[in-house]
Amino acid sequence: MKVGIVVFPGSNCDRDAFYAASITDGLEAEFLWHGDRAIPSDIECVVLPGGFSYGDYLRSGAIARFSRIMPEVARFAERGKPVLGICNGFQILTEAGLLPGALLRNAQQRFICRRVFVRVESTSTPFTSVLAHGQLLSLPIAHGEGRYYASPDVLEELEANGQVVFRYTDPNGAVTLEANPNGSANNIAGISNRAGNVVGLMPHPERACQALLGSEDGCGIFRSLVHYFENVGV
Amino acid sequence: MPQYRATITVTLRPAILDVQGKTVEHALHSLGFSEVRHVRIGKHITLDLDAPDEQTAQERCAQMSQQLLANPVVEDYTIALEETA
Repeated sequence: MKVGIVVFPGSNCDRDAFYAASITDGLEAEFLWHGDRAIPSDIECVVLPGGFSYGDYLRSGAIARFSRIMPEVARFAERGKPVLGICNGFQILTEAGLLPGALLRNAQQRFICRRVFVRVESTSTPFTSVLAHGQLLSLPIAHGEGRYYASPDVLEELEANGQVVFRYTDPNGAVTLEANPNGSANNIAGISNRAGNVVGLMPHPERACQALLGSEDGCGIFRSLVHYFENVGV
Repeated sequence: MPQYRATITVTLRPAILDVQGKTVEHALHSLGFSEVRHVRIGKHITLDLDAPDEQTAQERCAQMSQQLLANPVVEDYTIALEETA
């Protein structure tokens, strides 16, 4: 199963994502260029990686979403194919309107680079299918603009439809104010679209796929993809 | 065709916490400007454009703001126009 990782000017987690997919049994990785006008037909999943596309000019993700490949990514998502946005990729997905809400400057007005705990809130996405509901993952975050915001009615909808995929918690899995690293609404760390095939999250699972890097908790996101293709198909 | 200079101001919606504004407000307080309240920080964008009339210029700037310059999910914008030629 081939995963296409889009490289934008200023992406800096593209190689990490490539590596994480490559070491997952059943997955192969391939780079896609932001200026491409088509997604090769053998690509089964698209990843928008972390970084600072276009220097975060204007707003994070605001320029990248006008890249030539983005209308293709939107069509790919419309067809129900899995799309994952990590960190800057999540910001690009919200700017593109493929996911609701927006990511604002962290409430503490600081860039945060540390490990956090997130709780799996939905296992019905292609990226969480082998994880358990309520499972805790230890993943790194590294962002200045990760405060998830959506209007109260959109938040209510996300919660009601089970579109909240990951939530920041303390080491015991409790959703607390202290465990919220950036002031995100409802401690939201990641969401999906209504159909569940488009997922965005601020933490970096691709940076937590080897014991040497301090955590293997990110592997489950990539293994889920393999499981999804084998059992659900597209 | 007349030329206009547009000044577009983009700010976070009033209901949304502006952490930059808060930080600057605290700094102003610590400098002794204790009378200061509600500091909000936004973006100031100027651009020149040709348009047949002011209304068209206004409409074009509104489209630019909605599609790119502001994120309508979290930001408001105002447009000020000045005819320059």
